[in-house]
Amino acid sequence: VSDGHGYSAAEMMIVASARQLEGERVCFVGVGPPNIACNLAKRTVAPELELVYESGVFGAVPARLPLSIGDPTLVSGSLQVTSMFELFAFYLQAGLIDVGFLGASQIDRFGNINTTVIGGYDNPTVRLPGSGGACEIAINARKVFVIMPQSARSFVPRIDFRTSPGHPAGGRPQGWLGSGPSVVVTGLGVYRFDDRSGEMHVASLHPGITPEEVRQNTGWDLKVPEAAERTPPPTAEELRLIREELDPQGAYTK
Amino acid sequence: VAAEPKVTTMRQAIAELVRDGDTVAIEGFTHLICFAAGHEIIRQRKRDLTLCRLTPDVIYDQMVGAGVARRLVFSWLGNPGVGSLHAIRRRVERADPAPLEIEEYSHFGMVCRYVAGASRLPFFPIRSYFDSDLPKANPRIVPIESPYGGETLYAVPPLNPDVTIVHSQRADASGNTQIWGLLGCQKEAAFAADRVIVVCEELVEEATIRQDPNRTVLPGLVVDAVVVEPKGCHPSYAQGYYDRDNRFYLDWDRIARDPQKLEAWLEEWVHGLESHAEYVDKLGADRWAELVPGEAWSDPVNYGQYA
Repeated sequence: VSDGHGYSAAEMMIVASARQLEGERVCFVGVGPPNIACNLAKRTVAPELELVYESGVFGAVPARLPLSIGDPTLVSGSLQVTSMFELFAFYLQAGLIDVGFLGASQIDRFGNINTTVIGGYDNPTVRLPGSGGACEIAINARKVFVIMPQSARSFVPRIDFRTSPGHPAGGRPQGWLGSGPSVVVTGLGVYRFDDRSGEMHVASLHPGITPEEVRQNTGWDLKVPEAAERTPPPTAEELRLIREELDPQGAYTK
Repeated sequence: VAAEPKVTTMRQAIAELVRDGDTVAIEGFTHLICFAAGHEIIRQRKRDLTLCRLTPDVIYDQMVGAGVARRLVFSWLGNPGVGSLHAIRRRVERADPAPLEIEEYSHFGMVCRYVAGASRLPFFPIRSYFDSDLPKANPRIVPIESPYGGETLYAVPPLNPDVTIVHSQRADASGNTQIWGLLGCQKEAAFAADRVIVVCEELVEEATIRQDPNRTVLPGLVVDAVVVEPKGCHPSYAQGYYDRDNRFYLDWDRIARDPQKLEAWLEEWVHGLESHAEYVDKLGADRWAELVPGEAWSDPVNYGQYA
């Protein structure tokens, strides 16, 4: 749905995420918006980017929009197909993954993520998918990018279940390869984390989004400067790549 | 000693090798998920199974909806690219129509459970689960100190299925099995199991296997039965043979939301049919024509002749 700017909120999220990948080399991709963002980055700010999928593909060059992370288009033409053990052990746990993308149903101010349950674990109101590879990605990918919708129900003071850790009090202990979530991109803005406190702050608000909207859609007292930076809107070329090459049906971007 | 012939029908393989109360793994990460075997387990009304898979997928939603399972062991519970698995969610969220026990890990944890099982190790250490609530939800995920000092890791227990079912592009009559495309953790799950059923798109001569030994995932040594079941993965796919039928995954979302529709689907597409061959026919040639991929051959390699 266009929001009156000539592009959709989903397109803004994808473009903002893709730009964060500038200069990155090896990226663990998720399905949906992260997949489009990574493929857009490869065509714009990060031509050297190698796309890695937890299904066991390194160096994928998807010829169509993959409908799952196990889509056969990821295999044909890729550099390598590995067992899942090799992918998680030799690539992820060994520190070869520069950026891991995660989604989230709930996130807190320290970047802890819930994708397991809403409500109690033993009597959930909503049973969510669970970790998949997210827990070990959150720990071992050098950086973690989160793409998610933002509302007072998803940006919460306390998550119901900590599936994947963010920034623990006092910083990450030894033995964790990754530095944790570095950026969160939502339909409203881009957020980063303070190096010392590990707390989320506003990096930029998307065009047309007011500080009041962001406050209303955040469950804690996030400081939103009235003169916050603005996310540059999608360029014509970014929109062309998304609409003509990456998601021509608009499956994830309408 | 002459080996017993292993080539059999799906009906006989499931009847003889899958028993009520068994721990069963039908693995395959999106790729090569053997729906034909799942349907035969439903058709034979097996009961009280513990079903293991990283991603339970639509196949386990159908099996759980059909009442074959008591317990589910998994790491990601969803309809890939679509949304939820409604039959499983009803049982987990509302015990409707009965509770379903769950045992939950991450992907890497599940993979390493099969590795420990296949290696007959008492546990496998991984660098995951730090500061996660998963070890609280599942006390079988346990922190351990490295015996060489200096760090804490998490241990996961071995997973040794009674039966693992692996679908493949091709196998020979002894069960030597070749797969290309996504490999998932079928090798690990099969070596971990007491009994292994290999299902193949094509039965080939042993000589074909021997021409390309690097592609062999399982030796016949660990395989108990070989079932030839072309198109046995639908709506999942077999790389180079047929594409994933995404339309079915979308349809399943609608079917599984309603227990009566789910029951009617099982009657029409599983109990009402004698075999997977009937299911293939019932889907119809037009539907199959939509799923034929283009061709992308690899060049042959020279293994060398050292006579």
